Amino acid sequence: MFGRFVLRRLLVTMPLLVGVTLVTFAVSHLIPADPLMAILPERAANDPQTVQMYRERWGLDRSLPEQYLFYLRNLLRGDLGESYTSRRPVVQDLRERFPATVELALAAMLYAVTLGLTLGVLSAIWYERWIDHVARLVALVGVSLPVFWLGLLALQLFYANLRLLPGPGRIDPRLTAPPFRTGFYTIDSLLAGDWSLFLNVLSHLVLPGMVLGSYAMGIIARMTRSALLDVLGADYIRTARAKGLAERRVILVHALRNALIPTVTVIGLTFGSLLAGAVLTETIFAWPGIGRYAVDAAMKLDLPAVLGVTLLIAVVYVVVNFLTDVLYGMLDPRIRVS
Amino acid sequence: MVTTARPAERLGTSRSWSDRPGLRILRALLRRPSAAVGLVILLFWIIVAFAVTFVIPFDPLVTDVSARLQPPSAAHWFGTDDLGRDIFRRTLYGARISLPAGFLTVAGALLIGSVIGAVAGYAGGWVDVILMRIADMVLAFPSIVLAMAIAAALGPGLKNALIAIVVVLWPEYARLMRAQVLAIKTQEFVTAAESLGVSRLRLLLVHILPNTQAPLVVKATLDVGAAIVLTAGLSFIGLGAVPPAPEWGAMIREGQRRFSQWWMATFPGLAIFSVVMALNFLGDGLRDALDPRRRGR
Repeated sequence: MFGRFVLRRLLVTMPLLVGVTLVTFAVSHLIPADPLMAILPERAANDPQTVQMYRERWGLDRSLPEQYLFYLRNLLRGDLGESYTSRRPVVQDLRERFPATVELALAAMLYAVTLGLTLGVLSAIWYERWIDHVARLVALVGVSLPVFWLGLLALQLFYANLRLLPGPGRIDPRLTAPPFRTGFYTIDSLLAGDWSLFLNVLSHLVLPGMVLGSYAMGIIARMTRSALLDVLGADYIRTARAKGLAERRVILVHALRNALIPTVTVIGLTFGSLLAGAVLTETIFAWPGIGRYAVDAAMKLDLPAVLGVTLLIAVVYVVVNFLTDVLYGMLDPRIRVS
Repeated sequence: MVTTARPAERLGTSRSWSDRPGLRILRALLRRPSAAVGLVILLFWIIVAFAVTFVIPFDPLVTDVSARLQPPSAAHWFGTDDLGRDIFRRTLYGARISLPAGFLTVAGALLIGSVIGAVAGYAGGWVDVILMRIADMVLAFPSIVLAMAIAAALGPGLKNALIAIVVVLWPEYARLMRAQVLAIKTQEFVTAAESLGVSRLRLLLVHILPNTQAPLVVKATLDVGAAIVLTAGLSFIGLGAVPPAPEWGAMIREGQRRFSQWWMATFPGLAIFSVVMALNFLGDGLRDALDPRRRGR
């Protein structure tokens, strides 16, 4: 039963992954100008023979479906093309930068889930009281703040003025990065047994993590609140109260467990928004992840690099959504049937 | 707004003016303080967008090097930027770019999405499958990421950024519209009209579409804020409005370069925040007003 549910979700997910490559392929063909002219140095671009050679080499003289298959074949080999600016394979650039983004996104997630759940539960318990109003306002502010502006304000306040938290970057500039094992500075610094470096890495995660997580925090708080309110009106809650259970127990054990089911889904879905938000947050915090890489590339119109990041984020997004669906099915058996 | 009555109601007795659904919703909306505040803030910005050229007839692009990088003062309420341009004026003028950008992109997405969704839902079959799979493909990308890629491919500029935003926003409207059309298609008044020999186009346009608006309107209201942030975000990374234009995201970008002049980024950002917050207040209120089950939730 559950196996069939997972299989069915998988059958939806696989074509979507192919679809994602169709979109990036389509975008790569949006460029009004000849891509070759953008890549080749001027002298080569002026020589028709050289241009023709490159055109054949990269399959640009073939029909569109053929080019797409060419593109797919390269993707399966792990070839995303070469960045125009770094002159390195895009895959290599991404591999080095991706851990930084994931580490930041996880820090943001931790903040968003902790604060979001707390606010949502408080709101629902003190429904229509002042705590509810304040918590809802905080959630709405979180959803409304443009992340790039919030990042600048946070740096102005906590770094430049109050000097409470460190500035941009993953570690202080005077420190050297831990030896590369996982690419996560938190883990790598611990593996190297360097506690002061670990603390430095943590302190650098606080500000960008909170900035990036603010939107997800708002969404999670709103979802938790409305899910909990829905559940609190249910018959079994009335029963639990009627048999004299402490309110604490009614809410934490009976209500929250069921209210968390839709919340888990939202948490999964917001992970995608965190990767997307990383694009802007990393720019503000000089964070050497794929987001900043994408923005730098976009400004230089380095299309292979931009599309590489786009594809990577979309694939992660689709996979995370698939896992969330499966988790939802595990938590709520009704979903498996529908 | 939802002012079109069902065809069946139109045949019946005319109702008094104050019973019009649009007004009823407006009244329900204004009963919520947050929605009323949102409406006031939004109206303020709309008026600014229309009137600022008359009230402050001053070119926001004019530079004054003798007054560069001044902090907020009585002469320059929001300070000046590195070319001596007044941030207060530029922020107000920015409403003339950001507000239309938000409304236009959402209108575009709403239009395209509605047409595609209605066709998919009404036609069914392989048309439905193909259109919805395309929508799924676009939805598989986080919006800012795909918008950035499209804007980068089309080349920097406000127009291309807006096209990119429409491309990433339409699929959700298509899905909503399709679900609505599917639900309404099987209702009795549609079957009745069908059996009377009404043409398929007329059935879709006159009988089905007018009854599909509420969820789309709520989503559109909430999305205008998202579209404004997307536009500003693309301008912030250098793919939207081009520098001298007083677009809010582009101004924040200039402010980021002048980190110690905090006022350069703070005020345009505050403008974005206030508009988006107002639209969220309004969208939440609208959702409650249109859906009685959700009242107070």
